[in-house]
Amino acid sequence: MHKFLFAALLPLGAFANLAQAALIDDYIAAARAEDPKFAGFSAERGQQFFVTRQGSRVGTEACAACHTRDPRAMGAHSRTGKTIQPMAPVANPERLTDKAKVEKWFKRNCNDVLGRACTAREKGDFITYLASVR
Amino acid sequence: MKRLFILLAACVAIPAFADRDEGHEHRTTFKADPVWLKECGSCHVAYPANMLPAASWKKLMGGLQDHFGTDASLTPDEQRHVTDFLVGQAGRGSASSLRITQSAWFRHEHDEVRADVWKRAAVKSPANCQACHLEAAQGRFDEHAIRIPR
Repeated sequence: MHKFLFAALLPLGAFANLAQAALIDDYIAAARAEDPKFAGFSAERGQQFFVTRQGSRVGTEACAACHTRDPRAMGAHSRTGKTIQPMAPVANPERLTDKAKVEKWFKRNCNDVLGRACTAREKGDFITYLASVR
Repeated sequence: MKRLFILLAACVAIPAFADRDEGHEHRTTFKADPVWLKECGSCHVAYPANMLPAASWKKLMGGLQDHFGTDASLTPDEQRHVTDFLVGQAGRGSASSLRITQSAWFRHEHDEVRADVWKRAAVKSPANCQACHLEAAQGRFDEHAIRIPR
């Protein structure tokens, strides 16, 4: 019961569970440290980031190259063809519940797609977008 | 220093040819490890440890930031764990190509597979074990569980 009350009181009611809320809190702190003028994450920016062509290397030019443009859909690894479970928690409740896993994949995929690490704001926008998908 | 590396690379590369008939290592008993299965199995089938010799696994696990063109880096703990598992059950032979599909034993085992079969949409690549080996995800490659897609 306490858990539910606590969740209801959180300002981030859009996040389905405490693990997701804790995750986004961590990125808010990181984004503030990165930029004192940080004014919050945006699902819209996150969606743009997800579908925009970033690099030129075929197969890793965008997040959507493997995950498809619909984060509720199954994806497929562009090289091996292995299926990838949906990214949006609405279709795959395991997503965004394990910070170490989230960070591991940001490290790998930002490097593959952008050729650099993602900023805390980019990561927070991305997560906010995924969590907002219904 | 650079020259030393080239020399070392040559020493590693030459014994690979002596490896030709040292195949069949991949048929030995297979033991799974949950970390290996999860980490190596996220982008491709988790290839069994006995498909490459220990020296190849060490080299491959030391370069996960550029794993055949993809960043597949692990945390230091995971990397140590998976390396120990792979090396502990590695196949015999000396370090050859890091690509299993270029090993002498692999080519020997697949020498009856025609070139056009590898190119079929459902196969895509020789690295796609489960296209034909139905139980590859469980580490089983027995001949009775093979179905080649049309």
